[in-house]
Amino acid sequence: MSAPTVPQDQRAPDASDRSGFAIEYEDVSIAFDEKTVLDRISLRLPHGETKALFGVAGSGKSILLKLAIGLLRPDSGRIWVLGDEVTRMSEEELFALRRRVGIVFQESALFDSLKVWENVAFRLVEEHVPDSEIESRVREVLRFVELEQTYDMFPSELSGGMRRRVAIARAIITQPEVILYDSPTGGLDPVTSNTIIDLIIKQRDVSKTSALMVTHRLQDAFTMATHQFDPKSNQVVKLPKGRRGDVPMSFLILRDSHVIFDGDAHELATSRDDYIREYIS
Amino acid sequence: MAHELELVSPFDIAKEYVISVQEYTQLSLQSVGNFFRRPLYMADMMQQADLIGVGSLPIVVLTGLSVGALLALNSASTLQRFGGITLIGQLVSLGMVTELGPLITGLMVAGRNASGMASEIGSMIVTEQIDAMRALGTDPGKKLITPRVGATAFMLFFLTIIADLLGLTGGWAVSHLLFGLDSRQYWTTAWEILVFRDVFTGLIKPVLFGFIIATVGCYYGMSTRGGTQGVGRSTTQAVVASSVLILVTDFFVTKLIFAVFGVR
Repeated sequence: MSAPTVPQDQRAPDASDRSGFAIEYEDVSIAFDEKTVLDRISLRLPHGETKALFGVAGSGKSILLKLAIGLLRPDSGRIWVLGDEVTRMSEEELFALRRRVGIVFQESALFDSLKVWENVAFRLVEEHVPDSEIESRVREVLRFVELEQTYDMFPSELSGGMRRRVAIARAIITQPEVILYDSPTGGLDPVTSNTIIDLIIKQRDVSKTSALMVTHRLQDAFTMATHQFDPKSNQVVKLPKGRRGDVPMSFLILRDSHVIFDGDAHELATSRDDYIREYIS
Repeated sequence: MAHELELVSPFDIAKEYVISVQEYTQLSLQSVGNFFRRPLYMADMMQQADLIGVGSLPIVVLTGLSVGALLALNSASTLQRFGGITLIGQLVSLGMVTELGPLITGLMVAGRNASGMASEIGSMIVTEQIDAMRALGTDPGKKLITPRVGATAFMLFFLTIIADLLGLTGGWAVSHLLFGLDSRQYWTTAWEILVFRDVFTGLIKPVLFGFIIATVGCYYGMSTRGGTQGVGRSTTQAVVASSVLILVTDFFVTKLIFAVFGVR
């Protein structure tokens, strides 16, 4: 195996300054049944940036997301989310933190016994927001994902892509500071995938949220790195070549329990690492 | 593909059982502790009470009536031989109120609701809905388990009273219609034989059984692994475990109450 494009130690977090980062992992390791999935992983997600996580199946991408909100606990290492050290928090404290973080699960994970609006409003109902406000906010966010017509439907009546969009609506209704996307386009056709990616770009550029996005589709991440939302035309448009660095987008590749690449689209495209070149070809 | 038979050491099996008991105990204690912590999901508890209580009413009515009638029928033939047919009201009353009413109701509700809870929560586990709930900042213990525990314990209490009354009615129907026993005599003896200890025994048991049904159902649901097959396994295990636990608890509670009230 050739050397990593960006050595781990160059990106090792400086413990003295965490204010500029939405999420930070420091030497995080986790194993299942004595199989190490993540081995001393360190990475940082600056505020407002979207980082796409790549790696073969079973490389621990989804585990990284679950670790960030305390759904799993690492065997060693520390994790900070929005300045709070997740790895030291009790489950009760984590519930409060999770309200500031949105997550879109791989298979949407919508509550199948609740209607679309109840799914989207779940967090608002828990926070005892008045009914009239709930309805207007749910309609607004469903309009954002272009699914207002599904307000009174059950998840089982929706297609896979629609379910994914409802899951995005549920994740963004409280305007979280960080969003975690677990394979948001996994198992979807190219047209629907593009719709989902457009939504994620729109959310990134309109709300300036930080995001970690697990994906298998390089083209999705490259689209995100080369496009931005234009509020005037209400469309996602391609950036001219000279302005592509303006988009707050980075890439991270996991291999054999380690980070082998962490950088921007240009660094990825010009990487000389054999594995990475094969991966992106 | 050839499957290799893997031998598991008895020590590992024992360790697994101990861990299960520890996790079950933890879940049970938390479910009770959550009654004293905010938020308390009263609407969910009412919904569960409706599902468990009203939903179980038909089977409780039918089994209560049948068990009372059968108890009277079986006892009557024996009592008749000794000329003690007038004791039938006492026998049905004691049997139903102290033992059969709570036990049969508990077993029926266990069959219906422990399985329902295990499959519902198990499905939510395998489709990541429980993770989603936690990720949305809601404690599944408070939102799903505590309302089910409260509702089952509360509703089983009233279902048992209904089963007792219907059991007595079934006993009366058999003794009056088949054996010609006087109605007033039946009801008077059935009423007079009961003392505080009997009623106390008959009403404390359903609360405990309800607690067992809900905690076991939720425990197996929450510990579901392995997709839809795992959900099926959890459902079966929940019914078996809750039924066995009800029977074992019944024995020890009866023994304890006898000891407290000075009965040998």
